[in-house]
Amino acid sequence: MKNLKTLALAIITVTSFSACSDNDNPAIYIPVNEEEVITTITTTLINGASMVTLTSRDVDGDGPNAPVITVSGPLSKNTVYTGTVTFLNELQSPADNITEEILAEGDEHQIFYQAPASFGSFTYTDTDFNGKPIGLNFTFTTGSTDVNGNLIVTLIHEPNKNAVGVSNGDITNAAGATDAQVVYPIVIAD
Amino acid sequence: MWCVNSFSQHSVSGTILNQHSIPLPETHVHIGQKTVSSDMSGSYTVKDIPSGVIKVYVSYIGYKSIDTTIVLTSDLTLNFKLQQMVSDLDEVIVKQIANRHNLSVREEKIKTEIIEKYSNQTLGDALKEIAGVSSLKSGSTVVKPVINGLYGSRVGVISNGVKLEDQQWGTEHAPNFDINSAAKITVIKGASGLQYGGDAVGGLVILEPLLVKKDTLFGKTIVNYSTNGRGGSVSSSLHKGKLHGWSWNVLGTFKYMGDRETPDYVLSNTGNREANFTGDLKYAAKKYDVSLLYSYYNAQIGILSASHTGNATDLYNSINNHVPAVIDDFTHSIGNPKQQVSHHLMKAGYNWYFSENTSLSVQYAYQFNKREEFDVRRGNYSNLAALDLELKTQSANIDYKYQKEDWQFKIGTNGAYQHNVADPETRVRPLIPTYEKLDAGIYGIANYKMSNSFAIESGMRYDFSQIDAIKFYQKSRWSERGYNADFSEFIFGDESSQWLTKPSFTYHNISASVGFLQQFHHEWEWYANVSLASRNPNSSELFSDGLHHSTGVIELGDLRLQKEQAIKISTTVLKKWSALSVEFNPYLNVIKNYMFLQPTGFETTIRGAFPVWEYRQTNARLAGIDFHSKWQVTKRWSHDLTASYVSGRDVTGSQRLIDMPPLTLNNKIQYARKDWHSLLLEMRSEWVCRQNQFPMNNFQTNIVIDGLQLPVVVDISTPPPAYHLLHFYSEVKLKTFGNAAAVVAFSVQNILNTNYRDYLNRQRYFAEETGRNFQIQLKINY
Repeated sequence: MKNLKTLALAIITVTSFSACSDNDNPAIYIPVNEEEVITTITTTLINGASMVTLTSRDVDGDGPNAPVITVSGPLSKNTVYTGTVTFLNELQSPADNITEEILAEGDEHQIFYQAPASFGSFTYTDTDFNGKPIGLNFTFTTGSTDVNGNLIVTLIHEPNKNAVGVSNGDITNAAGATDAQVVYPIVIAD
Repeated sequence: MWCVNSFSQHSVSGTILNQHSIPLPETHVHIGQKTVSSDMSGSYTVKDIPSGVIKVYVSYIGYKSIDTTIVLTSDLTLNFKLQQMVSDLDEVIVKQIANRHNLSVREEKIKTEIIEKYSNQTLGDALKEIAGVSSLKSGSTVVKPVINGLYGSRVGVISNGVKLEDQQWGTEHAPNFDINSAAKITVIKGASGLQYGGDAVGGLVILEPLLVKKDTLFGKTIVNYSTNGRGGSVSSSLHKGKLHGWSWNVLGTFKYMGDRETPDYVLSNTGNREANFTGDLKYAAKKYDVSLLYSYYNAQIGILSASHTGNATDLYNSINNHVPAVIDDFTHSIGNPKQQVSHHLMKAGYNWYFSENTSLSVQYAYQFNKREEFDVRRGNYSNLAALDLELKTQSANIDYKYQKEDWQFKIGTNGAYQHNVADPETRVRPLIPTYEKLDAGIYGIANYKMSNSFAIESGMRYDFSQIDAIKFYQKSRWSERGYNADFSEFIFGDESSQWLTKPSFTYHNISASVGFLQQFHHEWEWYANVSLASRNPNSSELFSDGLHHSTGVIELGDLRLQKEQAIKISTTVLKKWSALSVEFNPYLNVIKNYMFLQPTGFETTIRGAFPVWEYRQTNARLAGIDFHSKWQVTKRWSHDLTASYVSGRDVTGSQRLIDMPPLTLNNKIQYARKDWHSLLLEMRSEWVCRQNQFPMNNFQTNIVIDGLQLPVVVDISTPPPAYHLLHFYSEVKLKTFGNAAAVVAFSVQNILNTNYRDYLNRQRYFAEETGRNFQIQLKINY
C-alpha cells in the first residue's frame, strides 16, 4: 500500500506542477497580428490631369462580409492610361504596404488584367530581375467603342512566368495560387 | 535395506500450490506407475507404491512441470509449489484478461510479421490488412485509419495503454506513431472497448509493444530501400527480458524519403523524414511490476506543391487540367507546404497482482504534441509556421480486475487534463483556438462464462468533460453566425474588429456495451454486441472559421453542436473447418447528431469566391459487412480474402454520407516452403470499386475567358473510377552466425504501374496515386 501512496502522491505533484493556466500566457489575449492579409487593392489609371481610381476593400478578410468596390468615374475612349496597382493591409495601423513585398519578390508574383478585347489592351511596363513582367505598373490603352463591363485584376503567387502567354498577360497557363482577385465594373465612354 | 524394502508398499501424499500459495486443483500427479489428480484443496494421495527409486512428474497447464526422481523408503509427504511458466502466462492471462478487450466482439489482430512488412510505411497502411479498415489519405504519407467508414475523433488510437492525443481531429493529421514500435495491433470495431473511453463511435486501434518475459537479450534491425521515393528506413531495437527483475527495450527508427512518383510524373514536394525513439524500463517482482516508458516521434512531411491553391478558380483548374500545376525534377528536399510534427509520450505504470485473480493497475501519462504547418507565404513568413499548435495532455488511469470462478469484473477510473496553445506568432488566425479541457470517467465491466461455450459481457461508463476556450471571433462572423442571441455571455473583450470570447461547454455522457459469445462444437463462434457511444464535438467542429487551403473551402464550426450518440449492433459469425476459416461481420451503426461538413453557400473575399461548408448535425445510418476467409489449399498454397462494404446515409437529409470507403476486395495467394530457406511468395490483388454513393457537393464559380466571367461547375464530388492493383511479396530466411537469422524480402507494389486515383485521398483533385515501387528489406534478428 505504501508504494501506491507514493505513486498517488507523485501523480498529484506532477499534475499540479504542470497544470499551468492560460492566465500565465498573456500573448493569447492579444488578437493575431495578420500581417500578410491583403485588405485593399487600389488600381489607379492616369492620363494627364484625369485620374480614375478603382478600389476594393475587404476589412474582414476571410470573414462573411464581401469586399466593398468603388470606381471613381468613367474612362475615356482612345486614351492611353498609365496604370499602377497597390496592395494594402489596413488591419495594421498605419496600413502595411504589401506592394513593396510584391516588388521585392517580383519573380514570384504577377498581376493579370483581364477585360473583353473591345475594352482595349494592357501592356506591362515593369520587370523582375529575370526580365519578366510583375504588373505593378502597366499601360491601359482604351478601345474606340462605348462599353461597360468588368475589369478583373488578379494577383498570382508563384506563377509559371515561362509558360506560354504568361509574360504577355495571359493567365491561362499561369498556375500558382491566387492571392487576390478583384472584379471592377467599369465604363468606357467619350 | 534396499532388498527388504523393495517389496514393501508405501503411499505418497501432499498438496500442490502455486507460488502465491493458492491450491491448484486437478493437477496431474504421476508417481511411479500411478497417476492421480489433486482435489479442490490441491491435495493428492497416491497409494501402493513399491519402495525404491521412482519417478515423480507433476504438471499443471501454465506452470513449470516438476520432473524428478526420489528414493522411496516409507510413507512420504511431498508438497509442491509450482512456478508459473512465463510463456504460458502470456497465453493464458493475456488471452483471458488483457488480450480480450471485450469478449463479445471479435477483435482483429495484426501480428509482428505483418507489421514488419510495413516498416517503411505508416500505421494507416498496415491497418488496411484488416477487413473493414481503410484509410483516409492526404498524399501518400499522411494516412489516417478509417474503421467501418468512420475516422478522426471517432477512432481512438491507444498506444501502450495511453490514448494518443495528437490533434487527431484533422483529416490531414496522421497518427503520430512509429509503426516499428508496435509488436501487435488490435482493432476493435465499435465502442466496446469501454475501458479506453466511451467516444469511439468508429472503433479503437490498440498498439502494444513487445513484452519479453523470458530471461533473454535479443535485437532486431530492419533496413528498407524503396525505389519510389528513392529512400528508405532503418529501425533497430534491443530487448532485455527477465521473469523477475529488470527488463528493458529500446528502439530507434530513421526514415528518409524523397518525392514519390506516379507512372507519369514526379509528385513534387512529397518527401518525408522520421526520427523516432522508444525506450522502456520495467522491474517485475512476484506480486508487482513497475514500468517507465518514453517515446518520441518526429516527422517532417512534404505536402504536394500542386495542392496549394488560392481560390475556387485555382481548384477548378487543378481538377480540369488532370495534371498537377507544379511538376519539378525529383528531389529529396522538402519545401513548403509541409508539416513538422513531434510527439513525446511519457508513462509510468504500476501493476499489483494481489492474487491470481485480482490485480490493480495505476498509470500516469504525459503527452506533448507539437504541430507546425508551413504554407507558401510571402517574404520572410515562409519560415514561420502558418499553424503552430502545442497540445499537452496529462492522464491518469486506475484499473482494477477481479476474477472469481466464472465471473470477471473490471472497474476503473481515469482523469485527464489537456491544454492546447495556438501560437499567435504565426500571424495567421488559428484554425483551432487555445483551450483547456478536463475529462473524468468511470467504468465497470462484467463478464460471466455461463458454460464452456457461452459467455456474456456487459459494461457501462460515465464521462464528464469540460472545455474552456479562448478565441477571437471577427465581429462580422459572430453576427453572421447569430451568436449574439445565444452566446453573448461568452464575450469577454472588445478588440476593434474582433470579439475576445471564452466559450465554455460541459458534457455528461453515458456509454455502454452488452453482448455475448457462443461457441458451437468449437468450429462455430458467434459474437453479438450492442454498444452505445457518445462523442462530444471536437475543437475543430466547434471553433473552425476560415479558409482551408487544400480544399479551397471556407469551413465553419458551430458552437451550437450537440454531442453525437451512436448505437452500433455488430455480430460476427466464425466457422472453422480443418483447412478453411470464414468470418462474416455485418453491422449497423445508427448515429444521432452525426457531425459532418455540409456545403451551405458562398462568400466573396478579396481572394475571390469560396464555397462555405458548415459543420452540421444529422441522423446518420451506416450499414456494412466485412468478410474474411483463410484457406490452406495444400500444404504450401494458401489463399486469403478480405472484403468490406459500407453504406452511409444521412437519414434526415436523405443524402449519402461523404468519404465512405467504396467496396474493396483483397485477394492474396501465398506459396510457402519451409525446406527452401522458409521461402514465401505472395501475390496480392487489391480491387477497389468506384464509390457510387456520394453526396453531390459540386458548386459553381466564375472563371475568366477572353476577359469575360463565365460560370463553370467545380466537380469536387464525382469519385474516381474503380482500380485494380497487383502487389508482390517474397522472402527467404537465412541462417547467419550462431543464433542470428536474417530475412531478405523483396516486394513490388503496383506491379502494373497502374494510373489511378483514390476516392479517400484528399489530394485526388491534384494528382494521381504513386506508381510502381520496388522495395527490398533486410531483417536481422540477433
